[in-house]
Amino acid sequence: MKKLLITMISIFPLTLPAPIWASSLLDQYAYQAKQEFPDFKGFSTKDGEVFFLKNHNMGKIATPACTSCHGESPKQIGSTRAGKTIAPLAISISPQRYMDKAKVEKWFNRNCNSILGRACTVIEKGNFITFMQSQ
Amino acid sequence: MVNKLYFSVTAMFLMAAFSHSHADQRYNPISDQITLKECGECHMAFQPQMLPQRSWIAIMGKLNDHFGEDASLDEVTVKHIEEYLINNSADAGWWSGKFMRGIKGNAAPIHITKTPYWLHKHDDDELPKQIWDSPKIKTKANCLACHPRAMQGDYDDD
Repeated sequence: MKKLLITMISIFPLTLPAPIWASSLLDQYAYQAKQEFPDFKGFSTKDGEVFFLKNHNMGKIATPACTSCHGESPKQIGSTRAGKTIAPLAISISPQRYMDKAKVEKWFNRNCNSILGRACTVIEKGNFITFMQSQ
Repeated sequence: MVNKLYFSVTAMFLMAAFSHSHADQRYNPISDQITLKECGECHMAFQPQMLPQRSWIAIMGKLNDHFGEDASLDEVTVKHIEEYLINNSADAGWWSGKFMRGIKGNAAPIHITKTPYWLHKHDDDELPKQIWDSPKIKTKANCLACHPRAMQGDYDDD
């Protein structure tokens, strides 16, 4: 029994930052960031917030900023240009949001191109989710 | 016996024809779950009977610039959805659907709301122009604002 317990503890670390799935995706982004940017020191909540609120205006005309569809606060419900509601980005309200990596990548791929006219860097993506985790 | 059968078959046809005249804005709801999910994330997934095949091909070939937004999908999903749209398009059957009316030659309109048939059904005589400014509607692509059963293919709201 004791042996089993020790094994369990060694497999599942005791302190799990919540929510675990968003963190594991962030871990993957952090790993990638270290590979691409050797002086990477970790993701920044503040940079994520600035990025989210900024009027980039570098991509498509109808979508100059994240806030064009998501609204000014990550805690509020957004709306697509076609009138569909978008669940809040803040993890406190939408805890399921960043669980599925393929889905997250699909939307970064689309929206970064729509807003910035280019792909987002891994640091931009990590900062963004870090900010949403704080919300 | 034969007479009776003939009568009931005739009656069924008449009933079908009669009910049809009262429910002429019905389209098959989308039965493919991938199409329903992926096309329905930003807007209502529009029934493929509303555009010709060539229009769907044009739309699916340009998802990175989809009505002013990037709506890219992986290649496998694009092919899957395109096939469903083509197989159920306005000109897929042995007779053309209503949405083919007035579409000239090889024209491949990408806006359902700019097809002659849609315009005819939403013309200024029937609808005041200001209706489109309503915040409830937001855009002509928002079928559900006025057609609450649009997802089921039911646009009989007049």
